[in-house]
Amino acid sequence: MTIEWETVIGLEIHAQLATRSKIFSSSSTAYGAQPNSQANLVDLGYPGVLPVLNGEAVKMAVKFGLAVNCEIARRSVFARKNYFYPDLPKGYQISQFELPVVGRGEIHITLDDGSRKRVGITRAHLEEDAGKSLHEDFEGMSGIDLNRAGTPLLEIVSEPDMRSAAEAVAYMKGMHTLVRYLEICDGNMQEGSFRCDANVSVRPKGQEELGTRTELKNLNSFRYVEKAINIEVERQIDVLESGGKVVQETRLYDSAKNETRTMRLKEEANDYRYFPDPDLLPLVISEEEIEAVRGTLPELPDQKRERFCSEYKLSDYDARVLTTSREMAAYFEAVVEASGGEPKVAANWVAGELSAALNQSGRDIGESKVSAAALAGLLKRIVDHTISGKIAKEVFAALWDGEGDADDIIEQRGLRQITDSAAIEKIIDEVIAANPGQLEQFRGGKDKLFGFFVGQVMKATQGKANPGQVNQLLKKKLA
Amino acid sequence: MHDKTISELSRSLQSGEFSSVELTTHLLDRVESLGPQLNAFVTVTGELALEQAAKADQRRAAGDAGPLNGIPIVHKDLFCTDGVLTSCASRILDNFISPYDATVVGKLKQAGTVMLGKTNMDEFAMGSSNENSCFGPVKNPWDDSRVPGGSSGGSAAAVAARLLPGATGTDTGGSIRQPAALTGITGLKPTYGRVSRYGMVAFASSLDQAGTLTRSAEDAAMMLGTMAGFDPRDSTSAEKDVPDYRATLDDSLDGLRIGVPTEFFDDGLMPANKTAVEAAIRELEKLGAKISQIHLPNLGLSVPTYYVVAPAECSSNLSRFDGVRFGHRAEKYADLTDMYKKTRSQGFGAEVKRRIMIGTYVLSTGYYDAYYLKAQKVRQLIAADYTEAFKSVDLIAGPTTPTPAFELGAKTDDPITMYLNDIYTIGANLAGLPGMSVPCGFVDGLPVGLQIVGSHFAEARLLNVAHRYQQVTDWHTRAPEMAAGGTAST
Repeated sequence: MTIEWETVIGLEIHAQLATRSKIFSSSSTAYGAQPNSQANLVDLGYPGVLPVLNGEAVKMAVKFGLAVNCEIARRSVFARKNYFYPDLPKGYQISQFELPVVGRGEIHITLDDGSRKRVGITRAHLEEDAGKSLHEDFEGMSGIDLNRAGTPLLEIVSEPDMRSAAEAVAYMKGMHTLVRYLEICDGNMQEGSFRCDANVSVRPKGQEELGTRTELKNLNSFRYVEKAINIEVERQIDVLESGGKVVQETRLYDSAKNETRTMRLKEEANDYRYFPDPDLLPLVISEEEIEAVRGTLPELPDQKRERFCSEYKLSDYDARVLTTSREMAAYFEAVVEASGGEPKVAANWVAGELSAALNQSGRDIGESKVSAAALAGLLKRIVDHTISGKIAKEVFAALWDGEGDADDIIEQRGLRQITDSAAIEKIIDEVIAANPGQLEQFRGGKDKLFGFFVGQVMKATQGKANPGQVNQLLKKKLA
Repeated sequence: MHDKTISELSRSLQSGEFSSVELTTHLLDRVESLGPQLNAFVTVTGELALEQAAKADQRRAAGDAGPLNGIPIVHKDLFCTDGVLTSCASRILDNFISPYDATVVGKLKQAGTVMLGKTNMDEFAMGSSNENSCFGPVKNPWDDSRVPGGSSGGSAAAVAARLLPGATGTDTGGSIRQPAALTGITGLKPTYGRVSRYGMVAFASSLDQAGTLTRSAEDAAMMLGTMAGFDPRDSTSAEKDVPDYRATLDDSLDGLRIGVPTEFFDDGLMPANKTAVEAAIRELEKLGAKISQIHLPNLGLSVPTYYVVAPAECSSNLSRFDGVRFGHRAEKYADLTDMYKKTRSQGFGAEVKRRIMIGTYVLSTGYYDAYYLKAQKVRQLIAADYTEAFKSVDLIAGPTTPTPAFELGAKTDDPITMYLNDIYTIGANLAGLPGMSVPCGFVDGLPVGLQIVGSHFAEARLLNVAHRYQQVTDWHTRAPEMAAGGTAST
């Protein structure tokens, strides 16, 4: 009897909040500084130092909570999570335990097939990050860099609502987009600003009780999340189907071998002995403060996507691509406005040619070598038939290389579309006259040769003949 | 010179009777000759003190001198002092030169005080006899076979022996008031949050408070006025204005309602202590106060409650002493865990280890609810007793300690007996209330202290009562015999 297995996944996301200074000290949070150059006495846990809460971090947590329809705790408490490790200077991490600042809520994610799914959020809380331990390059010893110690984190815990690796990735992407929209996190996974742990278990389909879960760590890209979950699910099913039991443990994903393995014990099997931190007052948030933060909420990804569909008559797919980031969406809208409003054309070009160029050159939209205004100028010339869509690609490449604006390029390279029917007819006549054999074959029923004639006409006009007119006139002449 | 109080010295310096350098030199001589027999000092900062004294004299000459300018004091070795060893009387910090000044140290420095050194104490402020120091015990200046009390034993002994006129201390369960009582001086623990804890090495964060050890209430008022105030670096410090504590010292006590808890006068209180304290309370009555009996029904729970809460907080606060970034690190170790174990086993004394273990236990899964959570709830009950009492009285009075100074080694075998020393003082810490101890008599040549406790931020009233009492009594002017020794006094 084969059992049909169901996968159950919950994700814990640690988003580094984009405050300028740390959550409990005035040190800078800037990435990439010399080791231990951004760690003051408070970060280093020196005798006698005390934490002071960064209000900006609180605002960002509230902003997140409002964006996912979560309860905002009017009173939450910071708690100490006690364990020993060299990258944790005080021997405890200041976090939140029983009373987090953000409570239950939800987010809607869009899966690859376009369908939507609701994922519950259990809670989100504020805590400080630990430093970094570097085990290579130190001749058998370990180097500790405490620059990161004290950076504010928002830990977002989802309900175990996801049923596949794909759903987990969709959730992670949705969160990634959201935190960047809210400008509370830069989402840079390479730099560790956005980290994800997955809690994975399986159970026979139909069973209500959850199976034993394992926690997967070290998942620092969307791709790895998907692969790690899939391989772990396979492993768990193998274990269970051969009569074994899944051990509740933390496992690391090894991307080189595409497998998960038990984590070398970073911390002892720990009792964290949580208790309210007596150095910090309970965090009390007023209605006024919450409303003030609500006033700073931007149009959220879902809202923007829906508006793009209704206002610009775009497909859901196109709208999703364009709203992946606020900057991309803003760029698109700027192009639409400047080009006199042809949303579909703009959508194709922003999602297509422009995105390809950005990807290839490793730039993000803010670094685009073609501005929204410049692209709009190009699109106008397509819409008014000055150039064909095909020629426009050549113009775009020239724009990207900085050869001036669209009109300049069209002029300099003589790329204007030929739309004069008489001129096109003349060329068609020449082509037909030059290819009597093909003409006879075509009239004899070989329809495919239509493309040959089109090609010949385009060749003769260096691609500048208006394709629509060529088709129309050729049909007439060949008949 | 050395018998003068801070306020007297301040006047003398102001009038030019002597300079701060002369005063400092004299006191440093006394520290050198009389200090060792008390073992009150961890570090004597002679050179630094003379530099500071010279600067103080310059400021005075320039007309830029406040009341504390040029006054020599010492800091308990629990306060971080920039560039100076800050050991907390522990092996684990016996090489720790602090890179910064505690807020309190900075404020007193700003006011022009001269730091003569850092005083001995119970390790990490854990103790009631100053026998828990890695540098050896401090002796009581009244009888060197006896303890001075703890944990601020060094500060208390130094002030009582007239080596200097004032010292900072810390009080978590009585560590200022109790040694003040056992050495015959005036000790003040302010309201929790009145004085910044930044730079004061943490023992029990919700109980610790910095305070003063002086020979008069007026001196305490002078020091507190400088030390108190909101500190943005301490989230638990109070955003409350600091009144002029000296301005109200002479206020009348007419109609002042003083409550005397019956629970303070139980079998544990030595009869001779009881007599002295009752006499003191009658003096207050003569000064116009109305005395009544009150009840603090949960008093008996304060020691157990404290000895769950304080160790819990300290077990976490002391985790940073791990040999990684500063302080002692074991020389030989096999791996990380071994390094931690060896460093901390070598570095911490027995009482500190005991409290870390208790604290870890009461916070652990399965025990948290029954111990730590329960203790915090009981704490609310104890605090509520005081709140209830303060509905009908303005001040609470009673003994500071159950007995006078006991012999060295008398209570070290049984920690619980030692803990019970704090029975009268601990309640104020649990409730965050201000308290003072003032000398009120002697038992077999050993000092006895009267404790007064006020409602939150009632320091001005406490100092007023203590001051008026000291105007009609002279217990606080009595000096131990050994104080007459040293270099020829001026």
